[in-house]
Amino acid sequence: MMKKAQIGAASIHILLIVFSLLSLFPFLNMITVAFTPNSYVLPYPPKFFPDSFYLGNFVESLSANRFGHYFLNSVVVAILSTFATLFVASLSAYGFARLDFPGKEILFKFYVFTLMVPAILNIIPQFLVIKSFHLVDTRGGLVLFNVGGAIAGYTFFLRQFFQALPNELEESAVIDGAGRFKIYSRIILPLSGPAMGTMTIFAFTGFWDEFFGALTLIKSEGKRTLPIAIRMFQGQHATDWGFVFAASLIALIPIIVIYIIFQKQFVQAGAVDGAVKE
Amino acid sequence: MTRLRTGLRQWKTALPFILPGLILVILFSVYPIFQNARMSITNFNVLTQKSQGFVGFTNYVRAASDPVVVTATVNTIVYALVCIPIEMLLGLFIAALLHSGVRGNLVYRALCYLPVITSWVIVSLIFRYLFSSGQGGLVNYLLGGLGLISAPVAWLSHRWTAFVAIWSLEIWKSIGWVMVIYLAGLQGVPKALYEAARIDGSGWFNRLRFITVPLLRPVTVYILVNRVIGAFSAFISIYMITDGGPMNRTEVLLSYMYKAGFQYFEFSYASTLSMIMAVLILMFSGTHRLLIKEEK
Repeated sequence: MMKKAQIGAASIHILLIVFSLLSLFPFLNMITVAFTPNSYVLPYPPKFFPDSFYLGNFVESLSANRFGHYFLNSVVVAILSTFATLFVASLSAYGFARLDFPGKEILFKFYVFTLMVPAILNIIPQFLVIKSFHLVDTRGGLVLFNVGGAIAGYTFFLRQFFQALPNELEESAVIDGAGRFKIYSRIILPLSGPAMGTMTIFAFTGFWDEFFGALTLIKSEGKRTLPIAIRMFQGQHATDWGFVFAASLIALIPIIVIYIIFQKQFVQAGAVDGAVKE
Repeated sequence: MTRLRTGLRQWKTALPFILPGLILVILFSVYPIFQNARMSITNFNVLTQKSQGFVGFTNYVRAASDPVVVTATVNTIVYALVCIPIEMLLGLFIAALLHSGVRGNLVYRALCYLPVITSWVIVSLIFRYLFSSGQGGLVNYLLGGLGLISAPVAWLSHRWTAFVAIWSLEIWKSIGWVMVIYLAGLQGVPKALYEAARIDGSGWFNRLRFITVPLLRPVTVYILVNRVIGAFSAFISIYMITDGGPMNRTEVLLSYMYKAGFQYFEFSYASTLSMIMAVLILMFSGTHRLLIKEEK
């Protein structure tokens, strides 16, 4: 009996190890290539592990091609987009969760309905909206595009969190004469720290990787974000894969660091992620 | 009268909170839906940014007879039909393995989720590299070593072999997400049910079939709808791996819509393609309702 259970556990481990390796294998390959000099041509036989820690590709991508500049663009756009999204969405979510006004339910249904249409189909009208504000080819326009597309989803999820908070605190604050904004900023926001934290992580990682809007809106080289820059590296260097993958690995660092720190939020609250992004 | 007054007063309190979000949702989510519909039946001039005149369904007729649209529609639907079942089955399988409570659970979970969090641009490049043609391509090397192919395959030069690369990427990147959602669903199934079934002597497969699968139905529907939207939103992988080539053979609806809009500047035609996609998505993700109804 014991033996059977052990064999069962062992086979589960073996299967899980296989799946984990399949997940990791492409990354491993990227790392190997990034440590390989002169990788214009594919080596034969292919290498599975780096045979030296050649750092030339990393040095080259960090120093040349305004990489630092693109990195900074990505940081600025992602941070501003995250902050604005969370601020506007939490205000809306408070309104929908805690205040009563005629037509609230219908209005909220409209928000939910827009979530059914994949955001990506809206790109042309959204482009025209940004254009009418004369914000094409500006980082501000990209932030506006990011935030505008994200509000409905983030409002939807924060509203659920806010609704779950106990009413008593808010009621006593109203009796004490506190204004609505004070209640939102002093009671609701501090109480939903974990929820806001999780949302911040998702928003930041999503905006960091954002490609579609940046590809459409940003024209001048100096305003590119990292995903676009990496795509251009691949085009312009008759692909020096080592260089492209070294740049990609550097671009991945913030995401991996966030992932390691907040791993639990990702693997448990993945449900939230999937519904907000995509 | 008093109801109207209370209503107005309530709106006055709520407006500062909801107005900024409302403006953004209208501009970036609601208005685009109507604007797409309007542009598809008018002749939109890119220079003046105005719709000039009603053209009826001309754009739709054009789309129906455009050979690239036909190819792209087939490619999009095959993409969904190939990838979604594999993703969901493997995701459920891994979730079930993890749910058995093995040691190192969190580590496995984190590793399997890693593809989900990495950017599409980067993983598309990796897959393009893995599926390089010639004997130095890693996939060619491995398949050749296993004796599955006799000569290196030029993966990206033919329609369906290129899609093998694109499908593999989609499946590889989505399994982790499906797994996490299914795992959450599995944790919601009461343990007592399994224990009772075990006492009654039912095996692993019967427990899966008669307890797990029925109780996971809502989660399955949620995953299905999400993955349908995901499959129709596939763009970066195609843009980065084949860019629709060779000769538009690997174009999907979204990548072709993007080209129509931002390479050929035919905004009306691109909006028409968006509308067609929206209808297809609603049809695909709506099928679950039919399935549920049939059961009742």
